[in-house]
Amino acid sequence: MNRLTYLFQTKKERVLSIYVTAGFPKLEDTLPVMEAIQASGADIIEIGLPYSDPIADGPTIQESNTIALENGMSIKKLFSQLLGFRAKIHLPVVLMGYLNPIIQYGVEEFCKKCKEVGVDGLILPDLPVQQYVEEYQEIFVKYGLFNTFLISPQTSEKRIREIDQQSSGFIYMVSSHAITGAKAEISPEQEQYFERVAAMNLSNPRLIGFGISDAATFQLASRYSQGAIIGSAFIKNIKNSNDLNRDINSFIQGVIG
Amino acid sequence: MIQVDEKGFYGNFGGAYIPEMLYPNVEELRENWEAIVASPTYQEEFQSLLKDFVGRPTPLYFANRLSETFGARIYLKREDLCHTGAHKINNTVGQIILAKKLGKKRIIAETGAGQHGVATATVCALMGMDCTIYMGELDIKRQRPNVERMRILGAKIVPATSGSKTLKDATNEAMRAWIADPVGTHYIIGSVVGPHPYPEMVARFQSVISEEIKWQLKVKEGRENPDLVIACVGGGSNAAGAFYHYYNEPKVRLIAVEAAGHGIHSGKSAATSVLGTPGILHGSKTLLMQTEDGQVIEPHSISAGLDYPGIGPVHAHLHEIGRAEFVAVEDEDAMKAGIFLSRTEGIIPAIETAHAIHALHQIKFDADELIVINLSGRGDKDLETYIHWGNY
Repeated sequence: MNRLTYLFQTKKERVLSIYVTAGFPKLEDTLPVMEAIQASGADIIEIGLPYSDPIADGPTIQESNTIALENGMSIKKLFSQLLGFRAKIHLPVVLMGYLNPIIQYGVEEFCKKCKEVGVDGLILPDLPVQQYVEEYQEIFVKYGLFNTFLISPQTSEKRIREIDQQSSGFIYMVSSHAITGAKAEISPEQEQYFERVAAMNLSNPRLIGFGISDAATFQLASRYSQGAIIGSAFIKNIKNSNDLNRDINSFIQGVIG
Repeated sequence: MIQVDEKGFYGNFGGAYIPEMLYPNVEELRENWEAIVASPTYQEEFQSLLKDFVGRPTPLYFANRLSETFGARIYLKREDLCHTGAHKINNTVGQIILAKKLGKKRIIAETGAGQHGVATATVCALMGMDCTIYMGELDIKRQRPNVERMRILGAKIVPATSGSKTLKDATNEAMRAWIADPVGTHYIIGSVVGPHPYPEMVARFQSVISEEIKWQLKVKEGRENPDLVIACVGGGSNAAGAFYHYYNEPKVRLIAVEAAGHGIHSGKSAATSVLGTPGILHGSKTLLMQTEDGQVIEPHSISAGLDYPGIGPVHAHLHEIGRAEFVAVEDEDAMKAGIFLSRTEGIIPAIETAHAIHALHQIKFDADELIVINLSGRGDKDLETYIHWGNY
């Protein structure tokens, strides 16, 4: 069974997914950071594949991408780091990245490697639903990879239903008209949007991302969905860390309480 | 037939690879733009502005001394005489009327050298619309006069401080700004790049160039089709405009001129057709300069308008099927050609355009063949580069 399926079957609320850029803050930090995230009590690890032009991300994550690329991170390097990681990590692991580096690597080869090392799912923000269905779905399914799509406050009900049908694992609810890390608070309009989608009884669980940074926003998001994703705030927390284990533990404990 | 398909593809290139957050914006455009643009009220306003505000039709000028030098009949399509100094305004006029009809209140745009930014700021002033221009921090320093022109016109300039701080980063920032305000904002993309329907929409607004060439040539030469059309290509909007009505006239040779920078293989070049491989940039599948790992490479050209790591999907298609011939001109040669045109025809061209002039040395044609060069912009904005180069 895919680890994401198992997670959402056994944990229905307050699911916390933590995003970290691969090879950040230092090239060889990928695995130690993942271990620390697991030890601190988070539920999903989302690993970002660094890209030169991450248009759906804000300045904090873009900067971490730039640093990771300067550190020498690449898909090839990441797979070599992830080789054998399942001996230590039991949490579901999702890779988040932009399409171009994956196309250059080879989509089928990429999916095959994901399966080999033990990756559970993918989030590719610039892969539209239609292209996915036409070109990639068959390959993803062949290698047992779940694919998460994003929805935003502007996504129509009809399209949310369509996305729900094509998603596996969970749906990534973008909390606002924003890029990651842009806002630190949740407005009443956003709450209405959360309520509206919650009432749709979608078949996939929903995690809310963008603008989730601390215990208060995590709790609020968890009221309307199965949980939330934290990226930029986590990246800021480890950017200049001298003690990753300590800082990651205090950050995640601070969020889940 | 060179034609975009329903999904926005020209052969293998194009499409709309965009984050879901942009889907409603792009879908709104895709569903509405053609009907709006075809409507009589739109056309009336568009044609009237092209005539009285932009100054169209632009002359098709027989370049006597240039023709003598090269032993051909060479015409220059004078887009440099458009209001604001380049062809860019054809597209911004087209898009601002569209934005108004879509009920948008605010305009955003990216700019490299500042020409598209100035053309956007100009039409926003004309229509009384709020205007924000995203521009790389580095380009802001390099293109001071255009920055001030935009400010005088009332636009707000936001520096792109990420990545290489140039055009591609400005484009990233503009896309993010669009994500942040999808309902009230229209994004005026300045070239035939971006997600469908932008490449075709921008090409259509620029196609007035070849539409005019056809009838002007008919009047002057008794025939609509030249033997060659030459245009420079960064993203490729002036080339798309000059080629548009000749795409499906196989006897007309289409020459796309890229910037070779310090030399195609020098590591400082923008010759995408040679150095690029298929990939995804700014929402469409096209040829782009990238590393083996799929990271976008920062290009180089002495001309900021050609300094882009990709080309529009239509050009990637024209290249793949061999419909257009691609040549690459080095910085030094382009500068010389700029000075040469200044002294033989009394026209100081934009450095982008100077690349197209120099291509006459790099391609073969027969004596007395009929050649049209799209003179996409004037050189006023490049005075500092000419002065700095100094070799005149």
